[in-house]
Amino acid sequence: MSGWRNRGQPFSSRRIPGFAGIALATFALLYAPIAILVIYSFNAGLSIAIWEGFSLKWYVQAWNNEAVQEATLRSLGVASVAATVATLAATMAALATTRTRPFRGMTAIYTLINQPLMVPEIVTAVALLIFFAIIKVATGYTGIVYLVAAHTAFCIPFAYLPIRARLESMDLSLERAAADLYATPWMTFRRVTLPLLWPGIMAGFMLAFVISLDDVVITEFVKSAGQETLPTYMLGQIRRVMTPEVNAISTALLLAGVVFVTLFFALSRKR
Amino acid sequence: MHDMAVEARAVEARAVTKIFGSDDSAEVTALDDVTVSIRENEFFTLLGPSGCGKTTLLRLIAGFDHPTRGEIRLHGEDISHLPPYQRRVNTVFQSYALFPHMTVAENIAFGPEMLGQPRAEVARTVDEMLGLVRMEEFSARRPEQISGGQQQRVALARALAAHPRVLLLDEPLSALDLKLRKEMQIELKRLQHETGITFVFVTHDQEEALTMSDRIAVMNAGRILQIGAPREIYDHPAERFVANFIGESNLLRGELGVVTSATGTVTLSSGVTLSASVPDGAVRAGAGRTSGQTSGQTSSQTLVNVAIRPEHVQLAASPDAGTLSGRVENVVYFGTDTLYHLRLVTGEPFTVRMQNTRDGSPDARIGDTVGVSIRAGVAQVLQD
Ligand SMILES: Nc1ncnc2c1ncn2[C@@H]1O[C@H](COP(=O)(O)OP(=O)(O)O)[C@@H](O)[C@H]1O
Ligand SMILES: [Mg+2]
Repeated sequence: MSGWRNRGQPFSSRRIPGFAGIALATFALLYAPIAILVIYSFNAGLSIAIWEGFSLKWYVQAWNNEAVQEATLRSLGVASVAATVATLAATMAALATTRTRPFRGMTAIYTLINQPLMVPEIVTAVALLIFFAIIKVATGYTGIVYLVAAHTAFCIPFAYLPIRARLESMDLSLERAAADLYATPWMTFRRVTLPLLWPGIMAGFMLAFVISLDDVVITEFVKSAGQETLPTYMLGQIRRVMTPEVNAISTALLLAGVVFVTLFFALSRKR
Repeated sequence: MHDMAVEARAVEARAVTKIFGSDDSAEVTALDDVTVSIRENEFFTLLGPSGCGKTTLLRLIAGFDHPTRGEIRLHGEDISHLPPYQRRVNTVFQSYALFPHMTVAENIAFGPEMLGQPRAEVARTVDEMLGLVRMEEFSARRPEQISGGQQQRVALARALAAHPRVLLLDEPLSALDLKLRKEMQIELKRLQHETGITFVFVTHDQEEALTMSDRIAVMNAGRILQIGAPREIYDHPAERFVANFIGESNLLRGELGVVTSATGTVTLSSGVTLSASVPDGAVRAGAGRTSGQTSGQTSSQTLVNVAIRPEHVQLAASPDAGTLSGRVENVVYFGTDTLYHLRLVTGEPFTVRMQNTRDGSPDARIGDTVGVSIRAGVAQVLQD
C-alpha cells in the first residue's frame, strides 16, 4: 500500500510495480500494427501479409484509381466545409461561455456543445439516419449537405475545446487595457482578442479537420448512395478483396493525420 | 471650505460603496461610503494594506466596474455609468498588460489610433512618448524581448500617449527590484511634473507614498481614514491605524484634560501631564464637546490614545530629567541612528530613536534606567 507513496516525496509512476511493462506493451500494441501496415504498403506482391520486395506500385495504383480520387476529393471537401463551419460556431460558443457574465443555463449550453463527446457515436449515427431519412422523404433532396451537416455537428466540440482553453488562459487585463485605451468592444475584439485567439482557432480547425477526415461510423449511416468518403471506400474494399492498395491509402491518411495533429499541438502551445 | 470650491477637481468619488458577491454568496464590502476629491495636476496616492480596496476604487474610476452606490465624477461630470472607452482616463496596470502580439511602438500607438488620430500624428506621438520614457532604441521589440523595468516604462508611455486628463497607476512599481524602484519613483515624479497630468497612484508602501505624493489618502478595510499632505499625515495621524501604518508610533493611554482649539492636555497613566495636538474628531468622539464650547473647558474625563513618534523624543541627560522614565530592554543599531526599546514604569513599551553622533558612544545600555524628554506639540491625540 505505502510502497509507492512515501511521505515528503512526490508521487511517481515509477513506483507502481509493472507500470513500465504495461506501458511498453501498450506502445507495442499501438504501433506494431501500424508499422506493419506501413511496411506492407510498399510490398511488391499482392498480399498484405507476405513480403515480396519493395515497390511503390500500390501508391501509383491508388493515385490512378478514379474511385479513390473521387472519395479523396469528397473527404477533403466535406472536412474543409465541416471544419470551417464547426470552428466558426465553436469560436462563437467559446466567446459566449467565457466572455459574458455567467448566465442561467450556461452549464447546460456547455454540456450541449460537448454532447458528441458523450453520446456513443453509433447512437448519434442511428439518430441522424432516422432524422435525415424523414427530411429526405419530405423534401426529396439527397445531396451531400446531410453529410456536411453531420460532420459539422460532431466536429464542434473538438474545435471548441482548444479555443475555449486559449480564451480561458488569456489575460483579461489585456482586453481591459484595450478598452482603457478607447477601443470599443468590437475594436478590442478585432485588435486584441482575435489575434491572440488565432492560434487556438487554427488548432481547433486542424483537430476538427482530422476528426472529419477520419470518421467512418456516422458517415456510413448518413451518406446516400455514391457518397463514399475515403474511410468508407476503404471499408468497402476490405469487405471484398484486400490488396496493399488499402495499406497505401491508409499510410497516406496516416501522414495527413500526423501533419494536422502536429500542427494542432504546435499551435496549441504557441503563446 | 470656500476656496475648496474654487479649486479644480479632477476626480471625485461621492459616497461610493462597492459590494461584491450577490445575495446568496458571502458579500464583500470592498468600498464603504468613500468620498474623496482629487485636485487637478496633483500627485495623489491611495495608500493602504493589501485588500483595503485601493484597486477597486481605481477600477471604478477607470470604468472596469461600477459602484453599487454613489457616483464617480471626472471634472465635474458624472461618469459612473460610462464604459472605460468613453472616459478620458488611462491606466497603468500592475501587470503592465502590454499587448504581446504588438511591438513597443504598436503598443504605444494603440490609444492614439483608437482615438482616430491621423497616421502622421500617431507617429509623432509615438516618437514623443518613446523619448519621454527613453525607449527609442526598443521601439521594434516585442514586450517579451525587453526587461521588466522597460515594460513598465512602455506601459507608462502607452497610457500617456492617449493624452489622458487623469492617469491611474495601480502599484506600478511593486514588481521591480529596489534599485529600479527608486529610479522609477524619480522618473514618475518627473513625468508627472513634465506632463502636468493628474496622477492617482496606488501603493501599499508608506515610504513610496510619503516621498512621491502631493497628498495621500490612507485607506483601511474599504474606508478612507485620513487625507492630507505627507507631512500632515505623518506628523498628525488622526487615527491609531494611520499612526501605526505610516512610520512607527508609541501609543500611550491617557485622560484628555483641557482642550483649546487644536491642542489639549493629556494626563498619562503615570500621572504626567503632556500637551498634545487634538484633531477635530477626537473630542467629538469623546465626551461630545467641541473646542469652541464654553471657555474650551472639558469637565468629565475622557480616555484617549496618544501617539508619539520615536524620533520626535530624546533620551534625557539623567533618569530624573525628562517627562517619562523607563528601563532599556533592547538597543538596536541602524547606522544613522539607534533604537532604544524601553519599558516605562507603567509597564507600557516605548521606543526612542536617537541620531548617532560621530564619537559613537551609546546613550544608554540594556538594563539602564533612563528619562525621556518630550517637547511640547510632539504628542498627538488619536480619534479612536
Ligand atoms: N471581483 C471581485 N469579487 C469579489 N471580491 C472582490 C473582487 N475584487 C476585489 N474583491 C475584494 O474586495 C476587497 C478589496 O480588494 P482590492 O480593491 O483588490 O484591494 P487592494 O487593491 O487594496 O489590495 C478584497 O477583500 C477583495 O477580496
Ligand atoms: Mg490592489
